[in-house]
Amino acid sequence: MNSFKYASPAQFYPLAGKLVSVFAVLATVLLIIGLIVGLYLAPIDVTQKDSYRIIYVHVPAAWMSMFLYVVMAFWYAIALGANTRLSAMMAQSIAPTGALMTALALWTGSFWGKPTWGTYWEWDARMTSELVLLFLYLGVIALRSAIDDPRRADKACGVLAIVGVVNVPIIYMSVQWWNTLHQGATISVGERTIDSMMLTGLLMMIFAFWFYSIAITLMRVRAIILEREAGANWISELSEVKGQR
Amino acid sequence: MNTPASFPTRSAYAFGDGALSAFSWALRRDLRLAMRSRAELGVQILFYIIVVALFPLSMAPDHQLLLLLGPGVLWVAALLASLLSLSRLFANDFADGTLEQMALSPWPLSALILGKVAAHWLTTGLPVVLLAPLLSIQYALEAEAVKVLMMGLLIGTPVLSLLGAIGAALTLGLRSGGGSLLALLVLPLYVPILIFGAASVDGIRGGIDVSSNFALLGAGLLLALVGAPFATSAAIRIALD
Repeated sequence: MNSFKYASPAQFYPLAGKLVSVFAVLATVLLIIGLIVGLYLAPIDVTQKDSYRIIYVHVPAAWMSMFLYVVMAFWYAIALGANTRLSAMMAQSIAPTGALMTALALWTGSFWGKPTWGTYWEWDARMTSELVLLFLYLGVIALRSAIDDPRRADKACGVLAIVGVVNVPIIYMSVQWWNTLHQGATISVGERTIDSMMLTGLLMMIFAFWFYSIAITLMRVRAIILEREAGANWISELSEVKGQR
Repeated sequence: MNTPASFPTRSAYAFGDGALSAFSWALRRDLRLAMRSRAELGVQILFYIIVVALFPLSMAPDHQLLLLLGPGVLWVAALLASLLSLSRLFANDFADGTLEQMALSPWPLSALILGKVAAHWLTTGLPVVLLAPLLSIQYALEAEAVKVLMMGLLIGTPVLSLLGAIGAALTLGLRSGGGSLLALLVLPLYVPILIFGAASVDGIRGGIDVSSNFALLGAGLLLALVGAPFATSAAIRIALD
């Protein structure tokens, strides 16, 4: 079988449809169980009481926010290098989810900070670099929306995302050093063995966020394919399109 | 009449010194153009001076406070001054087709871009560096801190021009909100330069060796020098497509 078969939007569209339902079901199940485990079954933290339970959303969101940027840059790099349409569409569909995860990580982070650090916003290294990451995501999204021709937007966003991905570790390190220069380390949770129930809940939530991101990205990429390939013959033969026209 | 008679020809390239002569040709051309619109240059420098002067007006002009804020304010103003002048970098050449001729010429586009960026730095970055000691009087900075600030700006401002060129090329020919979009694309990339630059002045006050921050700024300069011209030329070719 040709391994590049699914690089064609026409081939990928039905496959993505099947994958969406698989990952959406997995994400929903894991999310429900994970939240039950995290919010009811897991014990209370000794020092942070119940407020620590924000980590069940915060950690997965923060993780996805950074990981999705790299994935987006990866697909854009493939799109620039191999000039493939589908990889650019994938990258395009990842950006809003990445921005959402970044915003979620910032939001939950500051809500955790209020009871724990006593402030909604601390110029902590992680919060600051997460904020810059949000700007990078919004930059890619804004650049795409400013360019009418989708193929030109693919390439321009590709250059920007790759420049950004080179910069992300530099920004992270610079903020880290800046932070340690200006203030002592903020309250660190320290090395502590985590309760197995807490760990189970956290892992479930992490996988739930992974599967959610995959499902929503594939859903969005299907919409992007329909939009951008609207003139293609195979689309007019789709059962869901036939009824509409 | 933006294109002088000495525009590169195929035979010039055949002599083998392509990149260097492309660089110096673009540098001399852009400097000449800048000198012919001196008023515009003056306005940009005035912008820098005014931004620096606005900060003390927004608070009680307490000497201790100004001393603390001074280096950061001068750096932020340098970032904004660089940003403001970026749209000028390629826009005129793009509008009158010169940029397209550059992309078509046998000379390497990245070398031509590097020349243009060098001219941009000489006309906007260098004045910022040279004005810094004068403006730091307003913030009551000590001589030692001024020296470090100038050194930092000297290494850091070329990076701003190099990174900014990528953003300027990416936003070429976009009708809506070119300026604010450019700011959104470029300012996050400026963050490390701002941090290392302002930290070097803080460092000298705290008795910390400044060479580490200068080394990081220098590393940033080298990385930008190697990477940015290629990213910019890729972006220009996309815009010309």
